[in-house]
Amino acid sequence: MKIHEYQAKELFARYGVPVPRGRVAATPAEARAIAQELGGKAVIKAQIHAGGRGKGRIVAPEEAPAMYRSLLSDPAAHEGQVRGPRVGGVRLVDSPEEAEREAANILGKVLVSIQTGPEGKPVRRVLVEEQSSVVREYYFSIIVDGATASPLILASSEGGQEIEVVARRNPDAIVRLPVNPAAGYQPYIGRVLAARLGFADPDLSAQLAKLAEGLYRCAVDNDASLVEVNPLVVTADGRLLALDAKFNLDDNALFRRQDLAALRDREQEDPLEVRAQELGIANYIKLEGNIGCIVNGAGLAMATMDVIKLAGGEPANFLDIGTVNDAQRVVNAIRVILEDPSVKAILINIFGGMARVDIIAQGVIEAFRQMEIRVPIVMRLVGTNLAEGEALLREAGISVIRAAELGEAAEKVVEAARAAAAS
Amino acid sequence: MAVLLDENTRLLVQGIGTEGTNHMRRSIAYGTKVVAAIHPRRGGEEQDGVPIFTTVDEAVRKTGANASVIFVPAPFAADAILEAAAAGLPLIVCITEGIPVLDMVKVKAALRGSSTVLIGPNCPGVITPRARARAGIMPVDVFMPGRVGVVSRSGTLVYEVVAQLTKLGIGQSTCIGVGGDPVIGTRQAEAVRMLNEDPETDAIVLVGEIGGSAEQEAAAYIREHVKKPVVAFIAGATAPEGRRMGHAGAIISGDDARAENKKAALRAAGAYVADSPAEIGLTMKRALEERGLL
Repeated sequence: MKIHEYQAKELFARYGVPVPRGRVAATPAEARAIAQELGGKAVIKAQIHAGGRGKGRIVAPEEAPAMYRSLLSDPAAHEGQVRGPRVGGVRLVDSPEEAEREAANILGKVLVSIQTGPEGKPVRRVLVEEQSSVVREYYFSIIVDGATASPLILASSEGGQEIEVVARRNPDAIVRLPVNPAAGYQPYIGRVLAARLGFADPDLSAQLAKLAEGLYRCAVDNDASLVEVNPLVVTADGRLLALDAKFNLDDNALFRRQDLAALRDREQEDPLEVRAQELGIANYIKLEGNIGCIVNGAGLAMATMDVIKLAGGEPANFLDIGTVNDAQRVVNAIRVILEDPSVKAILINIFGGMARVDIIAQGVIEAFRQMEIRVPIVMRLVGTNLAEGEALLREAGISVIRAAELGEAAEKVVEAARAAAAS
Repeated sequence: MAVLLDENTRLLVQGIGTEGTNHMRRSIAYGTKVVAAIHPRRGGEEQDGVPIFTTVDEAVRKTGANASVIFVPAPFAADAILEAAAAGLPLIVCITEGIPVLDMVKVKAALRGSSTVLIGPNCPGVITPRARARAGIMPVDVFMPGRVGVVSRSGTLVYEVVAQLTKLGIGQSTCIGVGGDPVIGTRQAEAVRMLNEDPETDAIVLVGEIGGSAEQEAAAYIREHVKKPVVAFIAGATAPEGRRMGHAGAIISGDDARAENKKAALRAAGAYVADSPAEIGLTMKRALEERGLL
């Protein structure tokens, strides 16, 4: 789960991590008042759950898809500018009046960047902060690394750009320091970081160590799957400052982080994905094709998409229905898929282990009762309680296309989708 | 001998809610020796003829249990794993899905240097068909005793692969679902090592998926040590990039996370790589024929 930059900064600040002075504003008038408090000069930052904000573009919602396509085709032509012609989601202002004006130009609009997807993300809040005169930019993050089963600190002296690009172009520029989870953060980590990032000033090195320890504690205290500061900057007056802030919460830990769970901003998420979650389908991802997929298990769900593509089709979604033990979840999954207007055919591929085939069959039968289903459904059912499921389907006499094997199921659904699209 | 589970397995079940009880019954019906169940408030009772204890420690002392399968809900699962490890169990199979990743970091740190093998979490478990030993949730009908070992991150893909093998008359030695979480007890390379050293296993199916670098670790091990034929499939070759992993997550493994690079690493290590999930069984059949094993 993601939270906004301003929320991440508030959280970081509680762990002694230095962040720029400033506050969040929901109206142009609030932005003006905050800029006034900051002495007039400020930076206005659109708050959305996606990166690339500075190089993105503020547009009206209906302009978003076209802008997205144009950003993808030539991102360089759309470099946002913080000064001069103002197009992006991050803008420098010199007075409270200008702050009000620029906030008014941003709030209520949509920010499109190469990371937002074609719909862009709605901007409901702006962060109004003091301007910082930046001398150097660094990158800092903490994630959990599967290979070493430990929190891992990543840092680079090449900050302010996408870290994937740095990783590809110059992997040696990234410092990787696993933290022994039993021992926790130790002071040597700060010393090694400072040395590897080339910090010469002992005062700055001490600030870096304090920041690293604060962010480590913030990550482990709050079940972060990611904390990231990009850029982490050194200012002209010799201060280390988290100019940007990102915090992702481990979804598996939501149950014990109610305070953070309350920060969820569903408006920033894909509407169909939110709808799926409301209906108890946690693992739904909207894709571009026209074949709806309902599968149990993430691996089989991906393999099902692979085999559909190999058969010449395009999946409309990834949907792992999980361990289904109530028929209603199956009804809901079918409902979510049918709410996607691009779906022309559905493939239900269930290999029951913990999930029971008879429950899936019940759900499909119930869906036919509750809804008018106009698209063809191909069903391939195998595994736990298959015989019971088969019996239920025979009795109900619903119209579905059956397949016994994975390859066969894919071919049948691709054909059904083609026929439906043609008619 | 087989790996992890065999006829000497004496299984205990931690967490006998609906699912735990259901799958305990299925394991008993399959022929697995289930000797104890754990429930914090039902000690002294029985469930399906299996004695219930309040602690793993007591169950181990009184029944000689030597393996545990865990169905305890996610918020309490790390505690359950550590309880089983503290009781000295050599094998723990954790089925539970949704355990916070930092809980697993803690568990792995605690298990470092111990002789306990942890499989999972978020996995279908382990099964050795010849010994009719099942610690997990697999549908038993598709399994058939034989000499091909299976290692998979995904649970349902274990079933898919095994159904294809069985249909072709190719039985399985031991199937291990290592689990889909980023931090797991036993990674693919280690599971491949177990099957490679198992005299009852002639060939290995490795099912991976996009993300992380576990398949590359397995490929490195295969290249160095494995003479048995290995058939591999990587799920998610057609998944859109960047949807599953966060930014910093991607840079750890970098290009290793991509299906094509995993496949290339496995091919370079001598594995037979199936591009379609529908052809994993056939690919194994051809590999076995080529090596004169079928």
